Amino acid sequence: MRVALLVSCLVDGLRPSVGAAALALLREAGCTVRVPRQQTCCGQPAWNSGDRATAQALALKVLQDFADVEAVVVPSGSCAGMVRQLPEVLGPEHPRLGEAEALAARCFEITDFLVNQCDFTPAPLGAGQTLTYHDSCAGLRELGVKSAPRTLLERAGYTLTEMTQAETCCGFGGTFCVKYPAVSVAMADEKLASARATGVPLVTGGDLGCLIHLAGREERAEAGLSFRHVLELLVPTPAPALGAGHP
Amino acid sequence: MSFQVHSQDFIARSRDALADAPLQSALGKLRMGLSVRRREAVAALPEFEALREEAAALRDYTLATLDRQLETFEAQVRARGGEVHWAPDAASARAIILELCQRYGAKKVLKGKSMVTEELELNEHLEAHGLRCVETDLGEYIVQLRRERPSHIVAPAIHLRKEDVAESFAAHHVGREHADRSTAEALMAEAREELRAHFLSAEVGITGANFAIAETGSTVIVTNEGNGDLTQSLPKVHIAVTGIEKVVPTLEDASTLLRVLARSATGQEASVYTTFSTGPRRPEDPDGPEAYHVVLVDNGRSAMLGTEFEAMLRCIRCGACLNHCPVYGQVGGHAYGSVYPGPMGAVLTPQLAGLDDTVHLPTASTFCGACEAVCPVKIPLPSLLRRWRQRAYDARLDGDRARWLLRLWAFFAARPRLYHPLLSAATMMLGWLAGPGGSFRRLLGGKAWTESRNFPAPEGGSFLAGLQGEEFAPTPRKARSR
Repeated sequence: MRVALLVSCLVDGLRPSVGAAALALLREAGCTVRVPRQQTCCGQPAWNSGDRATAQALALKVLQDFADVEAVVVPSGSCAGMVRQLPEVLGPEHPRLGEAEALAARCFEITDFLVNQCDFTPAPLGAGQTLTYHDSCAGLRELGVKSAPRTLLERAGYTLTEMTQAETCCGFGGTFCVKYPAVSVAMADEKLASARATGVPLVTGGDLGCLIHLAGREERAEAGLSFRHVLELLVPTPAPALGAGHP
Repeated sequence: MSFQVHSQDFIARSRDALADAPLQSALGKLRMGLSVRRREAVAALPEFEALREEAAALRDYTLATLDRQLETFEAQVRARGGEVHWAPDAASARAIILELCQRYGAKKVLKGKSMVTEELELNEHLEAHGLRCVETDLGEYIVQLRRERPSHIVAPAIHLRKEDVAESFAAHHVGREHADRSTAEALMAEAREELRAHFLSAEVGITGANFAIAETGSTVIVTNEGNGDLTQSLPKVHIAVTGIEKVVPTLEDASTLLRVLARSATGQEASVYTTFSTGPRRPEDPDGPEAYHVVLVDNGRSAMLGTEFEAMLRCIRCGACLNHCPVYGQVGGHAYGSVYPGPMGAVLTPQLAGLDDTVHLPTASTFCGACEAVCPVKIPLPSLLRRWRQRAYDARLDGDRARWLLRLWAFFAARPRLYHPLLSAATMMLGWLAGPGGSFRRLLGGKAWTESRNFPAPEGGSFLAGLQGEEFAPTPRKARSR
């Protein structure tokens, strides 16, 4: 299958190793992967801030960057969810609405794609390691991604211990985390308490936004959890974990 | 508009709420309680999802035919000896209700739990004209004693602990110096005794209505205490006050909505009391009020019809969106500064009070979608919140700094030739400064992040800038390991 990788700006800028893992895993799953060099951002910050004009301009850029592929695959539920909303961003009268609908229909969150489109089994890297999975809101509630990342982790040999608050929002919420930092951090604290209660050392998830927010809070609290994007756990030599640098 | 809000102070109020230990202890119980009970109730009813669809479609149909439904309702109420009063706004609603109380020579008015009368600030108005109002719902009664506002549309005193209630009772109940206030049961018994005298001496009972049934001219209330029933049947006059959107075509339709209402609100299959009021007492009736009035309140509702916010009028006030909202769960209802808090309040309040003073409400959401996922009438709450953000952006009500940063970022995002080298250089520098696995405790211009979180450093360099090539062939694992 010919797919395109929508890297997402957080992965691109903050954690290129997740992009490299995404590329490696898609190739391993038998895909020919195009990585459009002109891509920047899906426009979600503008869309969620009420700036329709900017969101539309970036939506058209996404349509252009990701034309002519069978599937667009995204290592983020949040950005994949945004691509699913591109028809709404353009609006019912827009001449390129059809294109946006077609793109939205062939856009996948990467763990969902690897499991449900490729039936992929990753290398057995997880034997003896326990972790817990944070469901990011957009992946879970906009896209219905729940079992796919867990399937991949279990196929790789990891042991999952579920936290009670796996589906509760962590408080990142894009610009919310800097507009309402006190509330955002209180939400993180509840999530982290739930994660710590599992007794596992590592939290993973499919969205980097949630993970840097949680890792940053955990580190400030001088507590011991570390954090990785789920794709990092499925490739042989990942970068240091988020939060691994604390004393 | 006369709708009073204090939503401008959301940030200060939310910080106060987070630092309020008793409130946090009360909210902790909410987060663990009602949402779990709803989940269990829904799991026990396999057709719940189909019922949500049905309920949403029913509400949409009702709104599409609202004029007809309301006229039928009015005709049916009249045919059964009741009176219907139309209140275009809060001021006229207050005037109508005051006039009715005066017409019947009321000195004391019983109140059943009703959010629309909170919206109207009815108690303050009636008391300013010399009437005594007594809230009879336990939660509302407690909140009234404390001169507070309800913090939740279904559970008005959810922000209080038993100890707080005991303190209020000790301060307000006369002649009970030695009362045992150590358990919820004891407190309930004390409130019951205090209220009993009022039930027997009030001339008018005012309730809300969960539904107004067009076919029969009935108003319906659902409660768990039964005090609402006493409020509408013991005094000689019953005034039901409700929003125009609460009408439903038939008794059958009301039962469809009742099936989703209690499950969504409290996880009950049905509330303890579901009570239908149809007209005043007939000669053969053993009890009931001598006069029955319905006040239908518009107050901004009809202005939502046909707009992008019409779906909000589906709301049946179950409170599930509050119970599942992680922001509400942290800060509680009072932080929102509106009688309608949480996700439903964040959509409704700007409509009732204008967006200028309420712009925080649609913004203070992570769009996590938990509200929409549990709404029994499938209101697309995050999408409606986003529409308020669009109006705020268009009216330049969002902060200048946020706007400027958004513009700057959008400028670069639209120009990959600038964006990629800059992103790569910036992340390279930050990554080098922090070292592998490092993070920042402080960042220039990043206080909002770093005041309570570290910022995990970028690995260094961007993925796209470091990538060689654009198209990559498959590398099946077997072939690679050979």
